[in-house]
Amino acid sequence: MTAAPVIEVAGLRKEFGAVTAVDSVSFEVGAGQTVALLGGNGAGKTTTLSMLLGLLSPTEGSVTVFGVDMITDRYRALHRLNFTSPYVDLPQRLTVAENLTVYARLYGLPNAKDRVRELAADLDLTAFLKRPVRNLSAGQKTRVGLAKALLNRPAALLLDEPTASLDPDTGDWVRSYLERYQEETGAAILLASHNMGEVERLADHVLMMKQGKIVDRDHPKALVARHGRANLEEVFLAIARRAEPGSEQEADHAA
Amino acid sequence: MPPDINAPTMTAGPTAQVAQAPPAFDIRRVGAMALRHLYILRGSWPRVLELIYWPTIQLVIWGFVSVFFREHSTWVAQAAGVLIAAVLLWDTFFRGQIGFSMGFMEEMWSRNLASLFVTPLRPAEFIAAMVTISLCRTLLGAIPAAILAIPMFDVSIFAMGFPLFLFFMNLMFMSWAIGLLVISLLLRAGLGAENFAWFVIFLLAPVACIYYPVETLPEFLQWVAWSMPMAYVFEGMRGVLFDGVFRTDLFLAACGLNVVYFAIGATVFGFAFKTARREGQLLQVGE
Repeated sequence: MTAAPVIEVAGLRKEFGAVTAVDSVSFEVGAGQTVALLGGNGAGKTTTLSMLLGLLSPTEGSVTVFGVDMITDRYRALHRLNFTSPYVDLPQRLTVAENLTVYARLYGLPNAKDRVRELAADLDLTAFLKRPVRNLSAGQKTRVGLAKALLNRPAALLLDEPTASLDPDTGDWVRSYLERYQEETGAAILLASHNMGEVERLADHVLMMKQGKIVDRDHPKALVARHGRANLEEVFLAIARRAEPGSEQEADHAA
Repeated sequence: MPPDINAPTMTAGPTAQVAQAPPAFDIRRVGAMALRHLYILRGSWPRVLELIYWPTIQLVIWGFVSVFFREHSTWVAQAAGVLIAAVLLWDTFFRGQIGFSMGFMEEMWSRNLASLFVTPLRPAEFIAAMVTISLCRTLLGAIPAAILAIPMFDVSIFAMGFPLFLFFMNLMFMSWAIGLLVISLLLRAGLGAENFAWFVIFLLAPVACIYYPVETLPEFLQWVAWSMPMAYVFEGMRGVLFDGVFRTDLFLAACGLNVVYFAIGATVFGFAFKTARREGQLLQVGE
């Protein structure tokens, strides 16, 4: 018997006035699987993640996480879900320990302090626990964001550009940590990223997004092979520069 | 036996399915939010100083005005503490609303709303936390000023006894109702509307009848005054101070109006939250 997908998205659409930010997006993420949303700025990745988290109501379509309808009933699933994004901060004046303690309590963890200490040790943050978040480097802040995202040991983890603005060494460290976390827990991971190397390394399945739509999808290696390119970055560029039917780009080419 | 998905500390399971909803209102989550704001105060002495500074300055100014009027006004002479009691109660009303709205603005300033609302924290728990924070901030400012009035002006507002608590609570409830409207506006318009939180209360001051009886107002404004709980509270306060009588009718009217205003505030906030989810404002906080 095949296990039910952890995340199921069907016919997702989001309009902001006359602008369609996400259009007819459907996909699934199974347990232990990493699916990457890949696309340029404004492709609709963050909007899709926001709808999955219930921060944004879709105009059309459905989002189900652990079998729970995230549009009407998201509080049944939120305690098993978490996310991190460079577009969202933690309170800067609070120390790392204070921030993590508050979030641990919001998730109802019975031994909040122990969990904070455990994660701090895992993510090499013990030395910074008493430091205000505003005094941390970008790499340290990213690790704190990741610690926040792992507090409740989520079975579904949504990561929006988790290694943005990190140096290669720290980025590699974070990717290794995520691989280990998934191996140990079997969590479903949905990753939005601009980093092709990261996607090639982590993702089992890639959704190429452009102008709010999924324009291609496959395993990273299969995508590379099918497009006859050397790597995923070349596939990304080919798709990004390709004129989609009905797009402004196509109209410009036609003219 | 399969693991309990609702147990928050369990290891993430590959086939995890949610069996039942976590509690709809959890006091621990309210406590977590209150703790977050306690951490802010603990780590910022200027914020604590500010809480105490303004009520104390108000007290000192109005205290000396009282001393002057005690000798030059027969009305004030009948109840020496009337101006001081009025200014302290008015200040709690103002601080209550600011404390409530500031709690929300802190989350906007720190771009923390999205992180908060993907936790199991529900809007009702968030509001309960803002109420708790507002109460703590107000008491932290008002109590030192009220105590200072005793040696400095020989006036103890605590002499009013239990009615003081009832007046205070009525004013706090109205301040939270206004706070709900303010944060709804902030959610809608962003931090560009921040100044509104500071001046909205002063729009109501003339009809709150803090320092004068309602009958002083022109008739059409008397109607406005009687449509808000503050006028009932300050009339009730004067009843206690001048006549030694606690007016139950005024108290009940204030309570009834508070229920109405709080329900309006909560409804407007619920609508603003729903709209914010539709338009993406939980992510795009700021100006």
